[in-house]
Amino acid sequence: MSKIIEDLRYAESHEWVSVDDNGVATVGISDHAQEALGDIVFVELPELGATVNAKEEVAVVESVKAASDVYSPLSGEVTEINEALLDAPETVNASPYDNGWFFKIAISDEAELDELMDADAYADHCDDD
Amino acid sequence: MGKRTPLYQQHLNAGAKIVDFAGWDMPINYGSQIEEHNQVRHAAGVFDVSHMTVVDVSGTEAQQYLRHLLANDVARLKEPGQALYSAMLRTDGGVIDDLIVYRMSFGYRIVVNCATRDKDLAWMNSQTDGFEVAVTERPDLAILAVHGPSSIETAAALLDQTKGEAVAGLKNFRGAELGDWFVARTGYTGEKGVEFIVPAEDAAELWEQLLAAEVKPVGLGARDTLRLEAGMNLYGQDMDESTSPVVSNMAQTIAFEPADRDFIGRAAVTDDLAAQAQGNLPELVGLVLQGRGVLRAGQTVSTDRGEGQITSGSYSPTLKHSIALARIPMGSTTCQVDMRGSATEVRIVQPNFVRFGKKVFE
Repeated sequence: MSKIIEDLRYAESHEWVSVDDNGVATVGISDHAQEALGDIVFVELPELGATVNAKEEVAVVESVKAASDVYSPLSGEVTEINEALLDAPETVNASPYDNGWFFKIAISDEAELDELMDADAYADHCDDD
Repeated sequence: MGKRTPLYQQHLNAGAKIVDFAGWDMPINYGSQIEEHNQVRHAAGVFDVSHMTVVDVSGTEAQQYLRHLLANDVARLKEPGQALYSAMLRTDGGVIDDLIVYRMSFGYRIVVNCATRDKDLAWMNSQTDGFEVAVTERPDLAILAVHGPSSIETAAALLDQTKGEAVAGLKNFRGAELGDWFVARTGYTGEKGVEFIVPAEDAAELWEQLLAAEVKPVGLGARDTLRLEAGMNLYGQDMDESTSPVVSNMAQTIAFEPADRDFIGRAAVTDDLAAQAQGNLPELVGLVLQGRGVLRAGQTVSTDRGEGQITSGSYSPTLKHSIALARIPMGSTTCQVDMRGSATEVRIVQPNFVRFGKKVFE
């Protein structure tokens, strides 16, 4: 059984989001996603400063098994990327909710948060997968 | 629920992620495929390959039968225990399967692929006419492959003195019949190691002993990256009934001498060899991608001589970049592959990437 963190919001495409008090969202992929991918060997990250739209492909994770797109769950500007993943992509397997975060965005439309799932809804979504 | 090997419970105990493999519930990994891969390159791992099909061939004309059935020549096996890799061909040269054949005290033992079991047995049985031969499947046997630099020492130390000495003393590509066990120094990883073909009821105890001796369980995921690094073909992916062994680097496993041996597919592969020498047939090469990204089976590649296709591709945990096998026009010198929309240069190398833990191509 994969781990789902209570306080996060989740996208159908298995990204998680954590929003701080300044409206900056940290984005990563869920434990369920990393487990399904298997050993991750390459990560591509979005450009710093890029403007991204919700549901847009902005990053790539490549595992021994397959390449998979990562979608931005929210619209906004990319303010930070986790460059440590470029040299240590296995961090995503080891710590999907913590050191394995992908990027941060200053969100432009808070209403989009309502379209994301809470932990319970995401758990159901994973069961249906 | 799929078919299960005698070690299914052991896999669950070891935390295996189970997947369907040609109708069998098999462990794809026990956590991390890359760690399992590295374990085999640096120490020792054990694979349950009991899903593979063991077929015993006996009878006074077993040798004549196999000299007709197989592209390699079992007459090269001079004494019990010797092993040979061979293709089994259709009349038109298409590869029905690849296999290992061992000379045994009773005749021959053949290990064929799991996914091809039904058609292999049907084909083998259809070719027995005129030979005094018995073809007997052995579903009562389990196969444990123990591979890695410390595998033979570790395995030998677990066995009783007679078996242990026999295993420790095995030469490469040789096996020994030890009561109802057969142990051979063959494998599919590019490391040294032994394969134990044992009665199903002995499998769990051997498995537990190996694990207690720090031999780690290794799933089918790592088995695939290990064989790819070793440049070994996978049936159904790098070759099949639509491809000649000549375009799969298997020409050297076809015994054309003696010239009067009439094996199935001989005329076709003789023609194919001539056609390839003229540059009219493609070849199977190795590809190396130094940058980021992973080459995948099915991708089209473009060379200076035309188009080709990747037949197996993955990430090499040993080399830390992607490698692949690809069938491309003969004599190509440059090769490009489309990586997510951008044409990326890849190097063409000998299809052999890693042996005994070390990079082997230039």
